[in-house]
Amino acid sequence: MIGFWILAPVMVACALGLLFARKAVHAALLLAVVMISLAVLYLIQDAPFLFAVQIIVYTGAILMLFLFALMFVGVDASDSVVETIRGQRAISTLVGLGFGLTLVVGLAQVSFGTAFGLGAANKQGNVPAIAKILFTRYVFAFEVTSALLITAAVGAMVLAHRELLTPKRTQADLAAQRLRDYAEKGTHLGPLPPPGVFARHNSVDTPALLPDGTAAEASISRVLAARGTVKSAPEISGDIAELTEGGEE
Amino acid sequence: MSVAPFIVLSAILFTIGCVGVLTRRNAIVVFMCVELMLNASNLALVTFARANGNLDGQIAAFFVMVVAAAEVVVGLAIIMNIFRTRRSASVDDASLLKY
Amino acid sequence: MNAPALMSAPLMHLPPVVDPSATSGVFSLLWLVVALPALGAVVLLLAGKRADAWAHLLGCATVAISFLISLILFFSLLGRGHGDRQVTQHLWTWFSAGHYTVNLDLLYDPLSALFLLLITGVGGIIHVYSIGYMEHDERRRRFFGYLNLFVAAMLVLVLASDYVGLFLGWEGVGLASYLLIGFWQHKPSAAAAAKKAFVINRVGDMGLFLGSALIFVTFGSTSFAAVSASSHQASSGTLTVIGLLLLLGACGKSAQFPLQTWLLDAMEGPTPVSALIHAATMVTAGVYLIVRSNFIFSLSENARTAVIVIGCITLLMGAVIGCAKDDIKKALAGSTMSQIGYMVLAAGLGPAGYAFAIFHLLTHGFFKANMFLGAGSVMHGMDDDVNMRHYGALRKAMPVTFATFAIGYLAILGVPPFAGFWSKDKIIEAAFGQNFVVGLCTLVGAGVTAFYMTRLMLMTFETSKRWEKGMHPHESPKVMTNPLKSLATLSALGGLFLVNGWITTWLTPVVGERVEHSLAVGSIGMSLIALVVVGIGVAVAWQLVGSRPVPRVAPENVSVFTRAARADLYGDAVNDEVVIKPGVAGIRGLGVFDGSVVDGIVQGLAASLTAISVKLRLVQNGFVRSYALAVLAGALIVIFAMLAVNFS
Repeated sequence: MIGFWILAPVMVACALGLLFARKAVHAALLLAVVMISLAVLYLIQDAPFLFAVQIIVYTGAILMLFLFALMFVGVDASDSVVETIRGQRAISTLVGLGFGLTLVVGLAQVSFGTAFGLGAANKQGNVPAIAKILFTRYVFAFEVTSALLITAAVGAMVLAHRELLTPKRTQADLAAQRLRDYAEKGTHLGPLPPPGVFARHNSVDTPALLPDGTAAEASISRVLAARGTVKSAPEISGDIAELTEGGEE
Repeated sequence: MSVAPFIVLSAILFTIGCVGVLTRRNAIVVFMCVELMLNASNLALVTFARANGNLDGQIAAFFVMVVAAAEVVVGLAIIMNIFRTRRSASVDDASLLKY
Repeated sequence: MNAPALMSAPLMHLPPVVDPSATSGVFSLLWLVVALPALGAVVLLLAGKRADAWAHLLGCATVAISFLISLILFFSLLGRGHGDRQVTQHLWTWFSAGHYTVNLDLLYDPLSALFLLLITGVGGIIHVYSIGYMEHDERRRRFFGYLNLFVAAMLVLVLASDYVGLFLGWEGVGLASYLLIGFWQHKPSAAAAAKKAFVINRVGDMGLFLGSALIFVTFGSTSFAAVSASSHQASSGTLTVIGLLLLLGACGKSAQFPLQTWLLDAMEGPTPVSALIHAATMVTAGVYLIVRSNFIFSLSENARTAVIVIGCITLLMGAVIGCAKDDIKKALAGSTMSQIGYMVLAAGLGPAGYAFAIFHLLTHGFFKANMFLGAGSVMHGMDDDVNMRHYGALRKAMPVTFATFAIGYLAILGVPPFAGFWSKDKIIEAAFGQNFVVGLCTLVGAGVTAFYMTRLMLMTFETSKRWEKGMHPHESPKVMTNPLKSLATLSALGGLFLVNGWITTWLTPVVGERVEHSLAVGSIGMSLIALVVVGIGVAVAWQLVGSRPVPRVAPENVSVFTRAARADLYGDAVNDEVVIKPGVAGIRGLGVFDGSVVDGIVQGLAASLTAISVKLRLVQNGFVRSYALAVLAGALIVIFAMLAVNFS
């Protein structure tokens, strides 16, 4: 019960935060907190299977799906504070408060008595007990739900599918395009030289050496060069001498 | 453990979810509030399973989760599609069916 | 027989019950009397122009044959015993609703026998007269069709055995009257007069209708047989109300006060129409109604008093109006109004006067039709001019017309041995027997009658020539003078009905035993007094009209009485103020009410609905979130309801 009284305020606070958060990503993360707290509540109430499923499916899969969608839509997108429909916020708050109060007051009138407890039902363990019921009494619902899942997956694929508006570019087209770029703009035809050709350095901050011993700039990322973390050729000359001398002796 | 606090918490979360659906304009956030409502009802189901002493409530909560998953998949795909064409994810955009 | 619950004081016996036996033998021809004119009407009105050549002959033939049959039936009825003189012929059942059945039966008894003779006889004579009078009218065929229609309807009226059948005839004669008054439909005054007659008759018809309805409510049936058998069982209040309602109906049809204003305007119709309908027969239908309903009136003193009062007022009113009219037909119309007042008064006297009312009705039929046809003859010779101020010295130019008119004149004055003397004097006697004031009214009326009739005779036939330029008055053709002669003969000999009190005895099965009131001066004394009064009237007329030159143009500077009489004693003005102006104002008010209130409510409702819906449709703003809010609100209400149900 202590767990409940700690988690309940947290959950309510996070839900309210979900309500008031400006940025959608913040809302998603607050929802994650709520879901995990819920999972703990399930655990407290002798439902370990659901605790696991809640975290794996809900928080892990569904919320991540939300986050992907948010990334797609635009992480920066935020709702403006101004309400477009006149009176919507006021009336919704009022009606919501009324609704909530009605539910709470109504439920407070009900005497639930002492809980039966799941001691007997979970005698062989929660998971076997669930399995026993799921695959005997609710097997039809189970099958139908699996059909539903398949349908949902297919539906998602259909909905997310993008039609190719231009013909697909084959490898020949790409090669021809590269040659055209080289002819017109002088773009380098082949792949860029990889950094750090020598056996002792193949990290991204070691440039490749040209035959005359200078560093090839095309082999280093411009960002690293801008940061100044690239090892210059004189720095590695000691290594080079060491190697060449070691080879002569 | 008493049952009432859980039920009251479930009611509160449900109400917050309702108000969220009514107030938020971003389609995805509205969807998230719907998920909150579903979760609240899941909590109630699990609580009543404990109160009644059998696991039917937990099975129901399990199925709710599965269906919610399917629903999220399809719903987000739809939102994706709308966003692609309209470049906006506000629910207020679909307002042509009016006086 | 049960002892009656309520009876009025001077009545010794209950009124006789209508208890007819079925027709047999020659009485089976009764239906033909009605059917022939009806058939004539249908044929003449539907035949079209090809019937124009023989239309008048067919019209006269149907009525003539009806008259012959009426004569045969009359003598057959005479042949039967005194108590066996009521026969009925069942034609068909009109309608039957629950316990209420109305049969279209014909009732032939002494009263209807007399009326049959009058209607078909005088009607037939007037039909023959119309052949000549309407000779130059291209719509003569329709005229005869309407006349036949009238005769058929009037016969239905007097032969009906039921108030509903009577009402059928009543309305029929009203229709015929409308059609005939407005016969010259191109004249706006004729059309207006026809409408006026119809509308005022409608008011009276309402009285008859309500009376019949009350009879039905009280007695459960409207047939004369049923009502007469049980009329003594009704309360006197009910009988009085029924009597007053029937009196209202009679006032409408017989042009009695207060529904008298239409009669003078009805003179717009052709003269045969005035003679037949507005002198001899239709206007007497009211008297027939009262006499036929004797089983109601005999038992209600208040109703009878009302009838007497109306009769008195009208007889004086008609006489006064007749004094100031220059139109010969309107003067005769005023005279008709007055004479019918006499008949109504006599009918109101109860069993003492019913028979005399009918007697005077018959003699009046003779001499008034005679005088109207005579007036028609004069108009025919004077190029249809009705103004007596343009007449004068016509005695030499139209001798036959003068002679027959003079006989009618003497009859209406009540000079023995002509018909009017016998009938009018009996009424004056019975009136004095009832009440001194009533008797005095009748006597004064007789004097005024003498005055205006003498004035009419002097202005038309004596005094100096006041003719228009180029006028050559001539005698009318034989087809018109022969009817005049026949009617003059009847006017002269009509008194024979009273020989041995025959008519009183004849009508006893219908109206009951006559109650005799003996007068202080005795019967002969009364007649002498009446003659003296008549003489005074003639002398005054001679002095004022006969001995001075008659001005060609009606003088403006006259006494207030003359002015009032010229304006029909302000009958039209009173109607205007009391009925028409408030009616029109009421209708205007209703129109305004309908336009502003009713329309306002209806349109207001529509407008408010529109306004509400204009406001309401803003709810559908297209935003999903608003709709979601509505869903949540609805859910909230449902939860409230559930909680209320669960915890109540």
